[in-house]
Amino acid sequence: MNIRFDKLGVVIAAIAAYAAFLAPFATFRANRIVPGQARSILEALPATAGPLLLAIVVVAALVALFRTALVLRLAASVVALAALALLVGVAGTFLTSAGNTFARVSPASGFWILIFVFTLLLADVLTRLNLSPWARVGVLAAVAAAIGLLLVSGAWNDLSILKEYANRADSFWAEGSKHVTLALGSLLAAVVVGLPLGILCHRVERLRAGVLNVLNIIQTIPSIALFGLLIAPLGWIAAHVPGAAALGIRGIGTAPAFVALFLYSLLPVVANTVVGLAGVPRAANDAARGMGMTDRQRLFGVEFPLAFPVILTGIRIVLVQNIGLATIAALIGGGGFGVFVFQGVGQTAMDLVLLGAVPTVALAFAAAIILDAVIEMTATKRRVETA
Amino acid sequence: MIEIEGITKRYDATTVVDDVSMIIEPRTIAVIVGTSGSGKTTLLRMINRLVEPTSGIIKLDGADNRSVPGYELRRSIGYAIQGHGLFPHRTVAQNIATVPVLLGWDKDRIKARVDELMTLYQLDPREFGPRYPHELSGGQQQRVGVARALAAEPNVLLMDEPFGALDPIIRTKAQEDLLAIQKRFGTTIILVTHDMEEAVHMGDKIAVMDAGKLVQYAKPAEILANPASSFVETLVGASERPFRLLSLGRVRDAVENGAAEGEAIPGDASQRDALAELLWSGRPALPVKGADGKPLGRVTVDGLVKRAARPA
Repeated sequence: MNIRFDKLGVVIAAIAAYAAFLAPFATFRANRIVPGQARSILEALPATAGPLLLAIVVVAALVALFRTALVLRLAASVVALAALALLVGVAGTFLTSAGNTFARVSPASGFWILIFVFTLLLADVLTRLNLSPWARVGVLAAVAAAIGLLLVSGAWNDLSILKEYANRADSFWAEGSKHVTLALGSLLAAVVVGLPLGILCHRVERLRAGVLNVLNIIQTIPSIALFGLLIAPLGWIAAHVPGAAALGIRGIGTAPAFVALFLYSLLPVVANTVVGLAGVPRAANDAARGMGMTDRQRLFGVEFPLAFPVILTGIRIVLVQNIGLATIAALIGGGGFGVFVFQGVGQTAMDLVLLGAVPTVALAFAAAIILDAVIEMTATKRRVETA
Repeated sequence: MIEIEGITKRYDATTVVDDVSMIIEPRTIAVIVGTSGSGKTTLLRMINRLVEPTSGIIKLDGADNRSVPGYELRRSIGYAIQGHGLFPHRTVAQNIATVPVLLGWDKDRIKARVDELMTLYQLDPREFGPRYPHELSGGQQQRVGVARALAAEPNVLLMDEPFGALDPIIRTKAQEDLLAIQKRFGTTIILVTHDMEEAVHMGDKIAVMDAGKLVQYAKPAEILANPASSFVETLVGASERPFRLLSLGRVRDAVENGAAEGEAIPGDASQRDALAELLWSGRPALPVKGADGKPLGRVTVDGLVKRAARPA
């Protein structure tokens, strides 16, 4: 029999072997800020679970290494990820002696690397399966449900991040909703302003270079500097415009964070609107005019629907970028998950940093998958004509 | 009837169309021929006011085309272009329904008209109606483009190199289809092309344009026989002239008495096709049959060669 290796599988198997046998699986600390001690898989897990996890990882890596059926690869990656997710919780319970509320167990590099390589394997399988947009959103929902179930079941309660969460459950959700409001609100404002501006730039050529250059310059201002620059004008507005202060407009806090995110969002929205409209086939535009569409009918009936997938791509960029950037808002009292990140950095408590960072990454990731699916759905039937 | 009176279009210093006057009779096909940059497309686009003239007047059935807003005027005039310009995000049926929808026809009337046109163009409405343009072949896309232009039953149809992107076999078929439909609806067609062959084949009259000026406007036979300038002569192609002249005539008009051996040629084939068949088969004469299959007589090489000579 001719045994053949899978190119990506070789890399996955090599990294998985390193992570499983050489890298630490979990870190144990006597309290939340002292340096931790590394624990390997066999040390971190009870007598049966440790070898079982090693066996699962080895088998899954072998499945990845050789050219195997897609269904088998899918099963291997799902089983490996599920085993890792479950057993890291078990490690938390196993390493913490009962009643010890100071000790902290957190996943270490070996765990993260294993999660990464098997996610890579899963992503590769899903790409090769060529899933429809709806199926991809379905997979995302299933993964989210599984993670939700693990969280609710308490399987991870002895892990450090969740111990930090337990101390701040109320503020976590408050900051979370502030984070999402900031990211989505500034995006909405950017779309409301950016779309008409983009259309205007498309129609009036002289405006285009100027507007895009200004937005480009704004994009290059570091976020902290932009916050600083906004303090004076927003403070002035709060002091001099009646009702502004009542709306919550101040030199620091949510207002400048919102304005900064809005300004950063404008460039992708405007630029993609201009590019999308410029990409509308000339012949379609000419025919639309020649058949008696008014400018408005042409804009909404032909140009806009054809440019829509490109504009959506811009919106996707903005949403992912804003979810990440909104962490910075915490610096000037704007709230959001950044609050935990900066508190954690201040206290050298990495678990607290993760409590802010992990949900931010998960949100951005989910937003990207959902919007990609939407873009593909709108684009399938709008393929550019072959002239 | 379309009356073009002293139409000029200038962009800054360059004159693209220079004082052109011509009259296009109703229910005829006028072909505007010229090299690229001759102003033929600009002239066409001034009829439906996609381009506004610098000076001059264009009248459609006696009314100045500036008497209604541009978009309203364009809804009453069919418009088909090279590369068809179909809307990629709309189905074939939606594409064809564009102008009727703009005019606010009711649903049943639109559906009936779309089905009628698709059937006329040999596209099954149930099969092709829900498809998107990119799912069609080039020839089918072009047919949908012309069907869309005819959807609101316009009296006038403007066509800018409508067959330019088609391969020769599909192009010939598209030309025949257009001639048949023009006869059926009595549409006045103004067609822009750079292909003299197409112009001679399609046009009741041919307008030759050069550097913005109308050089000659006459029937095809007249253009072939008496080109107004050396430019027209070059465009006609000296070596092609006799064959183009023959292509204008039907075999039935060249029938002589007598019989001949072999397969008969139909009376409505072109004389050029008959001559080609004679030369290729090495025979001196061919029998001719009518549409009903009955023999009409024969055509001879000698007879056709005389007809290919420059008219007096």
